[in-house]
Amino acid sequence: MLIELKGIHKTYDNGQPLHVLKGIDLSIDNGEFVSIMGSSGSGKSTLLNILGILDNYDEGEYHLDGHLIKGLKEREAADYRNRTIGFVFQSFNLIPFKTAVENVELPLFYQGVSRTKRREAAMQLLDKLGLANWAKHYPNEMSGGQKQRVAIARALITHPRIILADEPTGALDSKTSVEVMDLLGQLNREEKVTIIVVTHESGVANCANKIVHIKDGLIGEIELNSQHHASTFDKNNIK
Amino acid sequence: MRLDIDFFQEITDSLTRNKRRSLLTGFGIFWGLFMLLFLVGGGKGVKGMLEQNFEGFATNSMIVYADRTTKPYKGFQEGRDIVLTTKDVQRLKSMIPELATVTPEVSRWGQTATVGSRTANCQVSGREAVYAQIQTPDIRYGRYITEEDVRQERKVCVIGKRIYQQLFPGGGNPCGQFIQIGDIFFQIVGVDYCVSNVNISGNAQDNICVPITVSQRLYNFGDEVELIYMVGKEGVKMVTLEKRLRSILAREHIFDPTDDDALEIFNSEQIFNIVDTLFRGLNFFIWLIGIGTLLAGSIGVSNIMMVTVRERTTEIGIRRAIGATPRDILVQIMMESSALTLTAGTFGIVFSVFVLNLFEKINMQDMHPSFQISFTTAILVELLLVLLGVLAGLPPALRAMRIKPVDAMRDE
Ligand SMILES: Nc1ncnc2c1ncn2[C@@H]1O[C@H](COP(=O)(O)OP(=O)(O)OP(=O)(O)O)[C@@H](O)[C@H]1O
Ligand SMILES: [Mg+2]
Repeated sequence: MLIELKGIHKTYDNGQPLHVLKGIDLSIDNGEFVSIMGSSGSGKSTLLNILGILDNYDEGEYHLDGHLIKGLKEREAADYRNRTIGFVFQSFNLIPFKTAVENVELPLFYQGVSRTKRREAAMQLLDKLGLANWAKHYPNEMSGGQKQRVAIARALITHPRIILADEPTGALDSKTSVEVMDLLGQLNREEKVTIIVVTHESGVANCANKIVHIKDGLIGEIELNSQHHASTFDKNNIK
Repeated sequence: MRLDIDFFQEITDSLTRNKRRSLLTGFGIFWGLFMLLFLVGGGKGVKGMLEQNFEGFATNSMIVYADRTTKPYKGFQEGRDIVLTTKDVQRLKSMIPELATVTPEVSRWGQTATVGSRTANCQVSGREAVYAQIQTPDIRYGRYITEEDVRQERKVCVIGKRIYQQLFPGGGNPCGQFIQIGDIFFQIVGVDYCVSNVNISGNAQDNICVPITVSQRLYNFGDEVELIYMVGKEGVKMVTLEKRLRSILAREHIFDPTDDDALEIFNSEQIFNIVDTLFRGLNFFIWLIGIGTLLAGSIGVSNIMMVTVRERTTEIGIRRAIGATPRDILVQIMMESSALTLTAGTFGIVFSVFVLNLFEKINMQDMHPSFQISFTTAILVELLLVLLGVLAGLPPALRAMRIKPVDAMRDE
């Protein structure tokens, strides 16, 4: 198992404690394409942040590729974020004063890769994603779909084994949403990247091979969806 | 993270993103540094100008001249003029062995020196050869007065710089030519370029020095002397000799040795000490003000960086989420602060060097004091800047370090 969660608890404490994750058990294998669904405030983002080592958890055990992720040194955590995991955000989170190619090569900068190699790798990747012409543009000169593809390129540049995406289509229209999900699906099929997508939209969730429902901080139903026409996600079920 | 062009690009990017803010922040440092160096250079220049007044003047010397008694003594009324003589010179020489040199002077003020059709105002001072040990002459042509000149009462003279320039505007060696002072002709044997102002007998540049024996005779001084200059032997403190000097001369001329006004004693040591202390104090204040301004500037940098870090929470969170370690963030913020401080400060150094250079160019009279700060000072200040930059960057950098990767997620 690439990812193994056992009894994960997470409580936010801003004034009054808020118990968000109440014992999550979840296993995700190498090469899976999983979507996580649930109502707003159910703790999807919290779970994804824990998976991405962006945040820590209070109780339980998280094993990533056999290593226990708990009380890591900042260096180790940074290294996992940099090399093993790629993160894609709903609001793209590109650095506004950097061009597309500069944004994409930033993870390699923190890896200590030389300047020319960084640039080369970033350009290749942008080219592959059909963004070569946009390399020198700043984020505010690009459409949402382009920005999200740049963000995906940034997540991919270090060849991570896992891509975590928190509502990657949340800010996109349906057409660009399809493009982005196709891209993720293609990465999953061709490069065997493990992909975990948090989403509200059933259409988006339907792209995954496995749909995990989260409810009140616990894992509910886990649906296998290899045929990509999960019954629960017909039009009547869109929130 | 590696140290390559992009590393510096990161720093310049963040600094140039808000140009006006960086500029205003940097100005505090720039101005602080300019103030500091300008004041240091200015103080040095003023000190140099003052010191040129003392140039070549023996630091452990004493000058005594007689005045009028203010206390009745041994049946004499007060208000009696005391007159020093050549004998007193001999007496002091033999009775105060701590003195290396004792030499007299008589002067005539308001004289006119003539060569051909050119004239110059001057004062004529009669001196001995050893006067050179009191005030080192800066001989440009010829020589100084010798003992032979004094003994043989030769009518020779050494002329000061300004007199030379007025009487010989064409320049050249004037030695051997004759100069008329009053009715008497003197042969020029030397030109003294000393610009010192210390001698009580006026400015050295307007002085014509003749053998004392000649002036005593020509101007009817008899064996009277106006001033007696003394230089102590190595390590002798001149103040300790004052009392003995007074009592020796008081016994001879019969006046109260406690009558301080009967004898005026000028102690160069004290003057030098006063000037020295004054400038040490001044320097202290200059550094205090300069460093204070500089500190205020760097506190400004620190504050602005603090605000910047707060504004950049999302950006820093993103960097952390894609693999930057807290150390990477720390280094970046520190480098930004150091780069801003160093750049602004270096401009401050350059500008102050430029302004001080102007000061040196437009300097008054014939004085050429050095206003310019030394290379060592510049290097020292540059190091100080590095330190300030690091210190200013530390609080914002520590705050930036505490930004967590999840903070990238939170909008606003
Ligand atoms: N940093 C935080 N401090 C305090 N409470 C938080 C914090 N982050 C999230 N929460 C709370 O925890 C709960 C779960 O939040 P989370 O973002 O995981 O929900 P979500 O399932 O992603 O919701 P959505 O679909 O709206 O994005 C919410 O009630 C939220 O208000
Ligand atoms: Mg969420």
